[in-house]
Amino acid sequence: MRNPLSETIVKIPPSGIRKFFDIVSEMDDAISLGVGEPDFDTPWHIREEGIYSLEKGRTFYTSNAGLKDLKVEICNYLKRRCNVLYDPDQEVMVTVGGSEAIDVALRAMLDPGDEVLIPQPSYVSYTPCTILAGGVPVIIELEEKDEFRLTPEKLLEKLTPKTKILIMPFPNNPTGAIMEKEDLEKIAEIVTEKDLFVISDEIYCELTYKGEHTTIASLPGMKERTVLINGFSKSYAMTGWRLGYAAAPKDILKQMLKIHQFAIMCAPTTSQYAAISALKNGDEDVQNMRESYNQRRRYLVNALREMGLDCFEPYGAFYVFPSIKKFGMTSDEFATRLLKEEKVAVVPGTAFGDSGEGFLRISYAYSLENLKIALERIRRFVERLEKEMK
Amino acid sequence: MREKILAVIEKNSRIDLKDLAVLLGESEVAVANEIAQMEKEHIICGYHTLIDWEKTGEEKVTALIEVKVTPQRDMGFDKIAERIYQYNEVEAVYLMSGSFDFTIILEGKTMRQVAQFVSEKLSPIDSVLSTSTHFILKKYKDHGTVMAKEDKDERMLISL
Repeated sequence: MRNPLSETIVKIPPSGIRKFFDIVSEMDDAISLGVGEPDFDTPWHIREEGIYSLEKGRTFYTSNAGLKDLKVEICNYLKRRCNVLYDPDQEVMVTVGGSEAIDVALRAMLDPGDEVLIPQPSYVSYTPCTILAGGVPVIIELEEKDEFRLTPEKLLEKLTPKTKILIMPFPNNPTGAIMEKEDLEKIAEIVTEKDLFVISDEIYCELTYKGEHTTIASLPGMKERTVLINGFSKSYAMTGWRLGYAAAPKDILKQMLKIHQFAIMCAPTTSQYAAISALKNGDEDVQNMRESYNQRRRYLVNALREMGLDCFEPYGAFYVFPSIKKFGMTSDEFATRLLKEEKVAVVPGTAFGDSGEGFLRISYAYSLENLKIALERIRRFVERLEKEMK
Repeated sequence: MREKILAVIEKNSRIDLKDLAVLLGESEVAVANEIAQMEKEHIICGYHTLIDWEKTGEEKVTALIEVKVTPQRDMGFDKIAERIYQYNEVEAVYLMSGSFDFTIILEGKTMRQVAQFVSEKLSPIDSVLSTSTHFILKKYKDHGTVMAKEDKDERMLISL
């Protein structure tokens, strides 16, 4: 029999921490600080709208780009919260989570050999999606000394004549880093000058704890160079609904829509109806959740620093990214021992790229009680390590 | 800062002062002072425990009584309310808009005890015109807390 598999996909390595995942999945009594999704239930008015749409028998496809009402609400939202204007008829499409939007955007914009700049540590899908789209991933290794922000120097260092796209994953999973307006302005300048395009993954934009989130698309001359990706998973605690969207100049969006049309058809109808209510009536829910995350963020950062772990102040998403370099272990070793000895699951920083080595991703999408128990165990573990080192 | 303190302790009055200060990003002293001040101003009126008495086996009945009154000369609603809320078994008294004047929440050991209160203490008050007593059969949610809720985390242990 011939090899049934594509060489391209076989060559893509599975997530680097497969072994760690396997151990975690066998330990059902572990306390986890390892999830990448909100602990809140989707607010009831949103769920209710989904239920109502089912009761009304709205169980058919929507148009490829999504329900008109939803697209209008998305544009209203982007104007209201992100200060950028999009045309609901030609510049927005509803996708199956932000993930689909990332994939489709890359496939619509890349020709073989085009280079894509991917700042890391970052979410795991950019590299494989780039490869699957025929592009060449070029990693920019972000550093703690810059608070894991993308600096102009780092960007220029990796720029080549083949560079076409810059991925902007901020607020960032796993580091919790954000890019403020001044940071973005410097990047935008280079993007314009070097004639690049940006795919800005702003799925965590509502979870910003320092000033207001700025989208790079709102800067002068940037809207026409940016594919803005957002969604409902993190802001409205709707991960399982699988709903996101992309907003982009119409020439880019038109081609993205083509891929979406053939591969997906349309995003889930029930979720789309629910999302209308999220955008229309959900601002207060978002605000309450943000306040709650922010409190836990302060609590977690404080507790980790008290036990002597270096931890830069993360101002976005719901992760803290402490350094464990002083223990002379890899992230994977640390996380594995912590799991085995104290039954606390956290994610090794290396799951998000080599530059995550020496760090852990700790999520605060948990109740305070849960955080307390887990932190007590981590403290015990850290104390033991310190004794061992002496 | 007041509103933020209140929002947290309204849901969790037992939280450590130290933890509360960290959550809010304020100093312990500042938070302690603010709480003390709010206690003094009776913004904070007490710290209570939400109990699901049904689970204890303790016999308890709660009644909600609608009361119509005629305010007497020199004696507005406040005075009548005062005569009612002095009774220990009265949990709450609210002045209402609409077709009746007061809602009284009453706790008793038995229905008979509640009935006795209504006929012997409440109805004889001069200003009270009529009462309508409703017994609470089951509490699903109280003080913003769902009584029967199971707190089970159904998320995967790890997700990226």
